[in-house]
Amino acid sequence: MSDYLVLRVIAKLLIPFILLFGFYVQMHGDYGPGGGFQAGVIVAAAFILYAIVFDVKTAQRVVPMAILVSLACLGVLLYAGVGVANLLYGGLFLEYGVLSHDPAHGNHIGILIIEIGVGTTVAAVMMIIFFSFARRR
Amino acid sequence: MDKSAQEGPGTIDLYLNIILLVFVVATGIAAVWLRNLLASAMVLGIYSLLMATLWVVLDAVDVAFTEAAVGAGVTTVLMLLAIALTGRQEKKRRARPWLPLATSLGTAGLLIYATLGMPAFGDATAPAQLHVAPYYLARAQAETGVPNVVTSVLTAYRGFDTLGEVTVIFTAGIGVLVMLGGASRRRRKPPEPVAGDSA
Repeated sequence: MSDYLVLRVIAKLLIPFILLFGFYVQMHGDYGPGGGFQAGVIVAAAFILYAIVFDVKTAQRVVPMAILVSLACLGVLLYAGVGVANLLYGGLFLEYGVLSHDPAHGNHIGILIIEIGVGTTVAAVMMIIFFSFARRR
Repeated sequence: MDKSAQEGPGTIDLYLNIILLVFVVATGIAAVWLRNLLASAMVLGIYSLLMATLWVVLDAVDVAFTEAAVGAGVTTVLMLLAIALTGRQEKKRRARPWLPLATSLGTAGLLIYATLGMPAFGDATAPAQLHVAPYYLARAQAETGVPNVVTSVLTAYRGFDTLGEVTVIFTAGIGVLVMLGGASRRRRKPPEPVAGDSA
């Protein structure tokens, strides 16, 4: 599809803003609608748009499958790791309150970290599924 | 959801819901009716977008966000990819599908019959409103410091469930990779050894 000049230019213009919006949704999920799940899908959509408009192989050079698999694992590990960290701090599994001397603050920190874990895994898995299908063509 | 209107659903909401639901049913039927799978996938994308609008009308903005991003966005792309791998046209059916039709209509009838036993739409005394929801709404912001109650329920009060959800997504990705990725690598490797592709 690399012959379509308009699509290429518009996609190049759009992709930074899609990524920025993804990060906004990620970090703003505790104040407005959104969170890790939605942010992960939006970030993945930016890379999928790039792969559709340009080339799957070029997109795979930006995010190779090995990195995507590591990121997917890393997200789940980050989430579960917060739970283990809570155990080490003397709390229950996923009891974020112990992360700070003020339980509400600790909860907020814990929510932010696990949302990042969710976002990482969702973005990586969406791209893994897309590239697994797209590579077979 | 976090700033749900205190007054009941107005007339505008009712008309909006009726119009949206009619369109939802129409796109649902069209998706099944169309022989061209490409068009069918597009119609399903519209269906998801209509559902997202419906969630917005119901003040469930977080669900609407997910529906729009996953249902209308990524799922449509994945369906298009699957169509590109298989074929654009649905195969002609030989027999009339009376048994599946009867099964679907029977199930739909039972489900509609079951809705008669449900509490009324927006009922404040429904069990869902009386169990833990008042506790969350009253205490969530003080206990977690997060204004969006949906986020604090999903990640703090129901943190273990969400960990399970993330694990399910992770497992799905690994499953697709095992089923599709491995075969492609074996097939691709001999003709062209790509230097940068470390799959």
